Amino acid sequence: MAIKNMVQAINEALTQEMERDERILVFGEDVGTNGGVFRVTDGMSDKLGIDRVFDTPLAESGIMGMAMGLALGGYRPVPEIQFSGFTMEAIDGLLGQLARHRYRMGGTEGVPVTVRSTFGGGVGTPELHSDNLEGLFSQSPGIRIVIPSGPYDAKGLLTASIRNNDPVYFLEHLKLYRSIKEEVPEESYEIPLDKAHVVQEGTDITIVTYGAMVHESKKAIESLEKDGISIELIDLRTVAPFDIDTILASVKKTGRVVVVQEAQRLTGVGNQIMAEIAEGAMYELEASIGRVAAPDSHFPFGQAESVWLPNAKTIEEQVRNTMAE
Amino acid sequence: MTTKEFKLFNDMMKKSADAVPFVQILDENAKLVNKGLKSSLTDDELVALMKNLVWGRTVNERLILAGRQGRIGNLPPSEGQEASQLATLFAMKKTDFLFPTYRDVIPLISHGMPMKNAVLWYRGHVAANILPEGVHGLPAQVIIGSQYVQAAGLGMAYKRDGKDQVAMTYIGDGGSSQGDFYEGINFAGVFESQTVFIVQNNQYGISVPRDMQSKAPTLAQKAAAAGIPGIQVDGMDPLALYEVTKLAREYTMAGNGPVLIETLTYRFGPHTLSDDPTRYRTQEELDEWLEKDFMIRMRKHLGEKGIWNEEMEQEVINQTTEEMNEALDAADNEPKQKVSQLLRNVFEVPTPRIAKEIKMYELKEEN
Ligand SMILES: Cc1ncc(C[n+]2csc(CCOP(=O)(O)OP(=O)(O)O)c2C)c(N)n1
Repeated sequence: MAIKNMVQAINEALTQEMERDERILVFGEDVGTNGGVFRVTDGMSDKLGIDRVFDTPLAESGIMGMAMGLALGGYRPVPEIQFSGFTMEAIDGLLGQLARHRYRMGGTEGVPVTVRSTFGGGVGTPELHSDNLEGLFSQSPGIRIVIPSGPYDAKGLLTASIRNNDPVYFLEHLKLYRSIKEEVPEESYEIPLDKAHVVQEGTDITIVTYGAMVHESKKAIESLEKDGISIELIDLRTVAPFDIDTILASVKKTGRVVVVQEAQRLTGVGNQIMAEIAEGAMYELEASIGRVAAPDSHFPFGQAESVWLPNAKTIEEQVRNTMAE
Repeated sequence: MTTKEFKLFNDMMKKSADAVPFVQILDENAKLVNKGLKSSLTDDELVALMKNLVWGRTVNERLILAGRQGRIGNLPPSEGQEASQLATLFAMKKTDFLFPTYRDVIPLISHGMPMKNAVLWYRGHVAANILPEGVHGLPAQVIIGSQYVQAAGLGMAYKRDGKDQVAMTYIGDGGSSQGDFYEGINFAGVFESQTVFIVQNNQYGISVPRDMQSKAPTLAQKAAAAGIPGIQVDGMDPLALYEVTKLAREYTMAGNGPVLIETLTYRFGPHTLSDDPTRYRTQEELDEWLEKDFMIRMRKHLGEKGIWNEEMEQEVINQTTEEMNEALDAADNEPKQKVSQLLRNVFEVPTPRIAKEIKMYELKEEN
């Protein structure tokens, strides 16, 4: 098995899926000849043809509508929205049209579209590039939001998303693109959607998180474990609808929980998870539900990111507080 | 600036607004206009088209009645626009895909959606949207503009697959101001989609008149910005509507990319049954358009040819009334929709949370 970063793993998943099924098309701004602004689709148009991996005019609503139309014509489009903030231009296409198609058709047909986009802080992008919009979009029925935390997951989750017959909003954290390297199998494989991943088991407290915060949590855990605290770490993988059963089972075992997200307190999926825990495990809790989130400003201008973003230290502090309760 | 320079600049600016062709074949006095495009319809086809138009007018009248009787929910009628809807559709094939707006339920029925579904649609029942096998279209779109970008995508799929199929979509004059309108025609142009875009310019977007939507003298000229052809048609002239759409279909099938057609028409009635059009338009204006009604000129034209008479028209009206009554009754007998079923339709496989909710509502529905 070769060591790969997330960009390579995603490229491999896309390429293998496209080789497997000729009805899959990849398109968006600069994904063709240029191979994507992050080189995620690098070399794909050479290998698969510029008619299958191609550039579109610069218009997100057009991209989303075209994906829907192609899906109606029997294709399995995998459009790219260059940066998450630009998805705002295509919310009708994503939530108003794709997410409700199966429902409005009485369950008779779905639109298998996997929309890929980038997001996430810590890389100093300009405004509206990095915004965490998963919480906003998680409030729409009919669409899955999938966020991988590393190369291995990225390949398996993307493969599963593309093969799924319902729309998926697949969000790739910018900071994880090249910073995490893992062994990734050459052959294609699926990681099931709708299932959270218990990254490590523990008995004292549960951390529920996703995306880049999985790694910050791991760092926090390293130092917490030195003090003998045993932590169960859950990576949601599918962020919406999230796997409440795995979360509840863990919380019932440990009795304590901290929900960690990079997004603002207002958004992200933390609120929803906390509500579900309160509803489903209230009497098994030995402390109030802890939360780590960014403050409720808009996403910070680059220079303030390092203070604004939650990190291993914030997580460690919150875990200690929750343990002390 | 000198006066001379100013005049030069002014002339240049005037030239920048592209003129678009206007097509009329059968004029207000039921006379064939003998320049430009000619009608290719045979007498049999003319009669078939007329039957469609009478059918459409009757469906409108019956739906309005059903609305007033409270037998359906709120209704956006299309009286006045039936030619714009049905004569354009008459030029398409059954296998072409129709993306209608909320006002285009009548062409969707003509394209194959059962009348019962139409009634259910106005009543807000999901069964309305389940189209029988072989009906190529989507249920009516309520969001203004979405259908344009989708039609661009499907037209592209047809082109890629070398299919003898076209995506065809309607929008209103108000809708032509929407961003998706431009993105749709622009994408379709770039990818040479097999798409026919139709703007039904019925002069109003609810209460806002056409000239408040855009300073462009025609809506068809918006095509120029996407580099695709735009053409304006007399929307009260079924012969021109048919001819232009038929040629547009052939044009796009020949690999030339999409066409934008603007039909100049009028909605005789209110925006919906709960709208009062006297607040924003005059009786004189309505009367002028009523005189232009395609029914008047078609009756005259076909009558003069000796292929149409009052009896034939009455027969279509009677049949349609019967069809409508049957549909209303059939819709009455449709089982009530269940929340548990709606929940099942959200994802192909219900998520664990939804699975729990389905159980909950099934219990509720048993009682
Ligand atoms: C995105 C969106 N904005 C606003 C509305 C509300 N609305 C419904 S119909 C209408 C006017 C549309 O006018 P036009 O496009 O000319 O079509 P017409 O109703 O005349 O057929 C408006 C504003 C809507 N349905 N969708």
